[in-house]
Amino acid sequence: MVRARDLFATVMLSGIYGLLSASFFILMDAADVAFTEAAVGAGIFPLLMLTVLTSVGRYEAERRRVRYLPLFVMVVLAGALFAAVLQMPPFGAVDAPSHGHVAQRYIQDSPAEIGIPNMVTSVLASYRGFDTLGEVVVIFTAAVGVVVILLGGRPKTPQQSTQALMAEHKVLRVVGKMLIPLILLFGLYVQFHGEYGPGGGFQAGVIFAVGIILYAMLFGLSNAQRVVPLGVLRWLVALGVLIYGSVGLANLVVGGEYLNYSMLASDPVTGQHIGIILIELGVGITVASAMVLIFFAFTRATRSRDELEE
Amino acid sequence: MPELITLLSSLCLLLGAFLIFSGGLGVLRFPDFFTRMHAAGVTETMAVTLIVLGLMLHSGWGLPLFKLLLILLFVMITGPTASHALAKSALHGGLRPLGDDSNNERH
Repeated sequence: MVRARDLFATVMLSGIYGLLSASFFILMDAADVAFTEAAVGAGIFPLLMLTVLTSVGRYEAERRRVRYLPLFVMVVLAGALFAAVLQMPPFGAVDAPSHGHVAQRYIQDSPAEIGIPNMVTSVLASYRGFDTLGEVVVIFTAAVGVVVILLGGRPKTPQQSTQALMAEHKVLRVVGKMLIPLILLFGLYVQFHGEYGPGGGFQAGVIFAVGIILYAMLFGLSNAQRVVPLGVLRWLVALGVLIYGSVGLANLVVGGEYLNYSMLASDPVTGQHIGIILIELGVGITVASAMVLIFFAFTRATRSRDELEE
Repeated sequence: MPELITLLSSLCLLLGAFLIFSGGLGVLRFPDFFTRMHAAGVTETMAVTLIVLGLMLHSGWGLPLFKLLLILLFVMITGPTASHALAKSALHGGLRPLGDDSNNERH
């Protein structure tokens, strides 16, 4: 990481880092991971961080004294991480632990058991479905935390006076109008194409959220909230996790194991398909609404503080 | 005929690569923000157009051709818009182009 007092530059650099790591994931043939990294690391993370910057200010507070304890902890931690990296097996080594464990079974049995072309999706959504549930719950928890901190208490009445950030930017608005439908369409494509190519609920949710955030930036928060009200978003964040969890419970009801979709239909492979589509839908709904909710919450918090100061 | 297409495609790719190089040189050598952005923005749009065109010639009929066409359209729309937004926000932030001697602040 580059040492910089300008937080804006730091955010931009981390975005560039996200894009670079997406490139090297592509070089390692990990298209799904690269897709996620490009959408999250280079797309929505800098966007949300910039939104945070509008409320905390651009420059780090001046501090003369060097603090030794954090420095020490950082050095030790970095040293441990470097040592761990040096101990890792070389890239592509046959005897690497990750290849010897269950990966073999996934690769051999996935075409027959799950029957979808994208093996990454079958591992993430079916074999390791419980881990993915955990990830979705993490995103859900983050959204709940942001909402509790920034939108806590009674819901505020929507301010009619809020102007669009970019009201006078005609070119951006026209181009945005052209692009937003395409972004949303692409989000849906990624959502429902996740079994056949790189993609899935996480990426689709982020892309979908970026479309709506772009709309909010170009046409104003109040207009965007007319499209997706905060109340609806709060429900949707929970709904996604609920869908995911209910699919797991439905398996128990029909006599299977939790998050093992084989019993959902008469044919195990069809059951797996249904289960994967449903839980990917849950993931997509939670991710998209959590991202939009976080953006709305930060923007509203900044707005209301500005109005108090006026 | 295939030789001609290969030749054209290589020409496009080479020209695109040259434009990217000149754009990078411009970003390093030009004196102020707006000229640098000009170097990056103009050459980038043109260079990506040429490179994608070269790849389209190279790929032949099929799905990749169509996908490249979509990428081309996307880049041709977003590239200039990004430059526009960048220049506008720089002006908004108080940066004045080199040689703009008028000191009256526009608001």
